[in-house]
Amino acid sequence: MNPESTTHYLPPGLPTPVSEPDGLSEPYWAGLREGRLCVQRCAHCGTWQFGPEWLCHHCHAFDPAWQEVEPVGRIYSWERVWHPAHEALKGHGPYLAVLVELPHAGHVRMVGNLLGDPMQDVVIGAEVTGVFEHHPQHNPPFSLLQWRYR
Amino acid sequence: MTSRSLRGRVAVVGIGETDYYRHGQSPDPEFKLALKAILAACRDAGLDPREIDGFASYSDDRSEATRLAAALGTHRLRSATMQWGGGGGGCCAAVANGAAAIATGQADCVVAFRSLAQGQYGRFGQTTGIDTISGEKAYLMPYGVLSPPQRFAMRVRRFMHEHGIRQEALRAIAMASYHHAQANPRAVMHGKPLDAARYDASRWIAEPFHLYDCCMENDGAAAVILVAAERAKDFPNKPVYLLGAASGSGFRAGAHPHNAPAYASANFGTVAPDLYRMAGIGPADVGVVQSYENFTGGVLMALIEHGLLQPDEANEFLTLDNLIAPSGRLPLNTSGGNLAECYMHGFELVLEAVRQVRGTSTSQAPRSDVALVTGGPMVSPVSNLLLGSETVL
Repeated sequence: MNPESTTHYLPPGLPTPVSEPDGLSEPYWAGLREGRLCVQRCAHCGTWQFGPEWLCHHCHAFDPAWQEVEPVGRIYSWERVWHPAHEALKGHGPYLAVLVELPHAGHVRMVGNLLGDPMQDVVIGAEVTGVFEHHPQHNPPFSLLQWRYR
Repeated sequence: MTSRSLRGRVAVVGIGETDYYRHGQSPDPEFKLALKAILAACRDAGLDPREIDGFASYSDDRSEATRLAAALGTHRLRSATMQWGGGGGGCCAAVANGAAAIATGQADCVVAFRSLAQGQYGRFGQTTGIDTISGEKAYLMPYGVLSPPQRFAMRVRRFMHEHGIRQEALRAIAMASYHHAQANPRAVMHGKPLDAARYDASRWIAEPFHLYDCCMENDGAAAVILVAAERAKDFPNKPVYLLGAASGSGFRAGAHPHNAPAYASANFGTVAPDLYRMAGIGPADVGVVQSYENFTGGVLMALIEHGLLQPDEANEFLTLDNLIAPSGRLPLNTSGGNLAECYMHGFELVLEAVRQVRGTSTSQAPRSDVALVTGGPMVSPVSNLLLGSETVL
């Protein structure tokens, strides 16, 4: 069981992630709300794919399946953000965003925040574990996937 | 059957721009800026604007071709092309698309342009006012990865990590643009020099980008007039010929979020070889470069992907001395570019490449018969352009 958190890394007010009207990414967002990380994997040829698309880019089978994967990975890149690009972040101070690759899921990558001190050293290649950050009181409810050093 | 190439078939015979303004400072509406730039380019070419029969732009320019044609009273409209993609990825492709219309007999006189009054529309660097988000941005914005510097910093960080490139390389790129802006009275940052200490002391926007690694936001418009090469000598200026053009991006460059296989890239991996192939020349022939600076790190990768230096020589090569005209090995962004002349989504770079080939830049490079422009870096599609004088045809 991966850790779950109801404390939030960034202040409220940033855009709320929702599925597209056509439902393409709904299994991903629904999975996060249930504390599960799901990534597309083509049932026909086994190709991993993220973000989602209606078609497997390798074999062109439609509607790639969703597979739950362990939310662990390695830091592929990072940035420390200082300039607030949104009202909600004014006065908040620096924060860390990381790009995490998942070697066990076709090396797909995803962006999250690195929990902890925003001034901590960030090491490309370091192993990290996902932390589900739930926003159940929000309308609509949503969950994010954050990361901390393993 | 002619070969499938634009090499030597189309020429730039006129350039024009409005005054360049700080964000929100234009006294004119955006569409009026477009008209002013087009008329200025026509004056430069000695051309009756009514002869224009094609328009080419990019980044969803709001100054529509058909409205421009009506406003200018052109005799007729034949070609109207818009390059897909945002930012400056299309600044060279707009010229190529207009040139292709001429080369294929679909138009005789095309104006390629960009008009942009950022103060009159939404800002690029701010994202407040969005409640819910889906698609690519849903994987980024809730984590505070909202604005362009935040969306590109990790690509550059990864590239710097892979090749051991130091912050000083980015600093030299920023300082070169500011250096050249001091000689250019059109430049918004004319009279505002940048030295190393000022760069180092400037605030971080998103590491590894300081304030001075990031482009400005501006108001203005710029335009070039294109005609078939065989007509070029009917116009008063020294003709500037298209040697080559290319656009696009590599395998799954658009795999979001941040899942492009060639992630640590400016996206010229396939586009630069296409350009040189069409032009029939190589990186060693390029005497002067205008390289789109959305962020200095994008220039770093674009120069390398165009074969102008190797990644492992970046720290030694990318110094202010090497990047300035007339004495540097590779004069870069000789008008001040997006950082210090005007963020005209790179179209000011196209005009500057024309000036270099004409020999009329305020920071003239000694080798200027072949001028390279790169547009976009890190977006998809990107585009590039080689311009040259008659001597290289």
